[in-house]
Amino acid sequence: MLTAASFTIPFTRYLSAQGEPVAEMPAFARDVRDLLPLYKAMVRTRIFDEKAIALQRTGRLGTFASSLGEEAVGVGVASAMRAEDVLLPSFREQSAQLWRGVSLGELLLYWGGDERGSNFKGPREDFPICIPVATHFPHAVGVALAMRLRGEKRAAVAIAGDGATSKGDFYEAINVAGIWRLPVVFVIANNQWAISVPRRAQTACETLAQKAVAAGIPGEQADGNDVIAVRDAAERALARARRGEGATLIEAVTYRLSDHTTADDARRYRSDAEVSPHWKEEPIARLRSFLAARGVWSKDDEHDLRESCRAEIERAVSEYFATAPPAPSDMFDFLFAELPAPLAQQRHALNRQGHAP
Amino acid sequence: MTELTLVEAVNRALRHAMEEDERVIILGEDVGADGGVFRATVGLLERFGPDRVRDTPLAETAIAGMSIGLAAQGFHPVAEVQFDGFMFPTLDQMINHAARLRTRTRGRLSCPMVLRAPYGGGIHAPEHHSDSVETYFAHAPGLRVVIPSSPERAYRLLLSAIRDPDPVVFLEPKRLYRAAKEEVADDGAGMPLDRCFALRQGTDATLIAWGAMTAEVLAAAQALEDEGISAEVVDVATLKPLDADTILRSVEKTGRAVIVHEAPLTGGLGGEIAARIAESALLSLLAPIRRVTGYDCVMPLPRLESSYLPSAADVVEAVREVMAFK
Ligand SMILES: Cc1ncc(C[n+]2csc(CCOP(=O)(O)OP(=O)(O)O)c2C)c(N)n1
Ligand SMILES: [Mg+2]
Repeated sequence: MLTAASFTIPFTRYLSAQGEPVAEMPAFARDVRDLLPLYKAMVRTRIFDEKAIALQRTGRLGTFASSLGEEAVGVGVASAMRAEDVLLPSFREQSAQLWRGVSLGELLLYWGGDERGSNFKGPREDFPICIPVATHFPHAVGVALAMRLRGEKRAAVAIAGDGATSKGDFYEAINVAGIWRLPVVFVIANNQWAISVPRRAQTACETLAQKAVAAGIPGEQADGNDVIAVRDAAERALARARRGEGATLIEAVTYRLSDHTTADDARRYRSDAEVSPHWKEEPIARLRSFLAARGVWSKDDEHDLRESCRAEIERAVSEYFATAPPAPSDMFDFLFAELPAPLAQQRHALNRQGHAP
Repeated sequence: MTELTLVEAVNRALRHAMEEDERVIILGEDVGADGGVFRATVGLLERFGPDRVRDTPLAETAIAGMSIGLAAQGFHPVAEVQFDGFMFPTLDQMINHAARLRTRTRGRLSCPMVLRAPYGGGIHAPEHHSDSVETYFAHAPGLRVVIPSSPERAYRLLLSAIRDPDPVVFLEPKRLYRAAKEEVADDGAGMPLDRCFALRQGTDATLIAWGAMTAEVLAAAQALEDEGISAEVVDVATLKPLDADTILRSVEKTGRAVIVHEAPLTGGLGGEIAARIAESALLSLLAPIRRVTGYDCVMPLPRLESSYLPSAADVVEAVREVMAFK
């Protein structure tokens, strides 16, 4: 038989699970000190997640999705982006959001059940967290088309999980982006689980990255627990996008060390024996070993970093607690640019009933 | 002034909007060289080029979803879905995203897009080409739902929809696309998106309809006049937000209400209008409210289509009943 088409899926890794270099470092990592901001961002995210879970457990935050073990995906991707790019995150990308300037307080407000948390003061054009899985992928295509139509050298970056690759929205989006060669990077944080459904039950494909082949765009895997690999893959994809060479699909292979959310108990469907080997691969310890071995990170540094993150997060939590809920009529005030008269009547009725905030 | 059909008026409005605002772009299946399967976008590709008149792959979720991304970036996309029955995949994008982007971000991002589609029965189309889908969209807070029923209103309401800073679902009664011509000045004037239109004054009963049913209702009103019954006709062109005031004022005057739509009865917007009348104008009523609607049946194929769709005769019958009520 002849071959009509064939493909390979590259895999990028710079650090072994033990934090030893296994390839020549990309440009941004040549000076090892330049990796410190990435490390600090991952630690900051992890401490934030711990705090958020504690708040949820004590009834002071809503359901929350921890990114434990996946911090390198968001930090790697976001650190490759420029401020003028647009991020379209799903619900486990706080590491990327924080890097892009979404504040701790905004994240707390959002997860505490207040839409004002999505009115980011930093990245004004970034999309809010997307809860309906994969539905933001078509938005990223539209954002990228807008950038193309204006002749800008910007890119859209959408992140979703392994489960998202089973949805039609995912396929429709990567397909359109392929046809029009749009400046968009699709990132799949493959954490091996979609709540209780393991990756192998999601698709018969050997990799998720190869789904790009059917869309006519490059697809590749990166070690999602190696922040250097994720950033490198994202940088290359963004450079392609800016050069007008179109979209890329990156599958960042990682592992969800936490429950799906605070509303989930993962012991119902996966054993400790399944989870524990993955602790040996997690991204923070990996990079710390690398940095420590090169003499740019010490126990004192670690201690100081954790202290300062905790202090910063405690300040954000105090501010969050001190933020009064919006007035009830706030639910009408952003429905339309100008409230139509029939809705003004409903707004008035709500105010008259006088639900106290 | 030129005489235009409804679909020509849609085309004129699209052209006018694109001339006046370069943020307006069109996307959909076959909207380019083909000019749309109903020719609503004919000539626009030639005039504005493929960047602004964009043939998409066959993917309704992406058409709606991309429009949201474009709109959040400041464009005013006008997306076409080829037929009513293929709008259902867009419900997720429209309800979960378009309708709430402004609310979710407290106004930081917004969604000035129009989702257009030909809708409704009466042209002997294949399966899934004749559905009335207005209720699904009208139930979603944050969406406007507009249905023109004349060339003039098609032109002016579509212009307003495109200029509106929020998402509008614009359903075009395909049965009226070429049913009549009307003089329409291509002057760029819009019409408000939250007003019903009184198409005919009367004193005995208020006939409330939208889309292709306005034609049946107007014909019924004409026939009733010969019987000495004076019917007022209200076109609910803007279904959401609903201008209940105009409807209530009319019913308070006539004391009788007959609501006509081709969508199925249960959960149809006729029920909402009836409830508003019952809540606010009950004591004006001289007879029970009547609804003349499609049945709670799967939209039949063409051979039974006319048995499904309300007709002028059905409306006349209903009005006679409410007039006879003692
Ligand atoms: C369309 C849709 N279906 C179902 C859900 C409920 N749900 C929330 S997260 C989730 C699993 C998502 O898995 P994955 O895409 O791998 O992302 P992860 O949670 O692992 O980050 C499900 C089923 C949802 N949010 N959206
Ligand atoms: Mg997953």
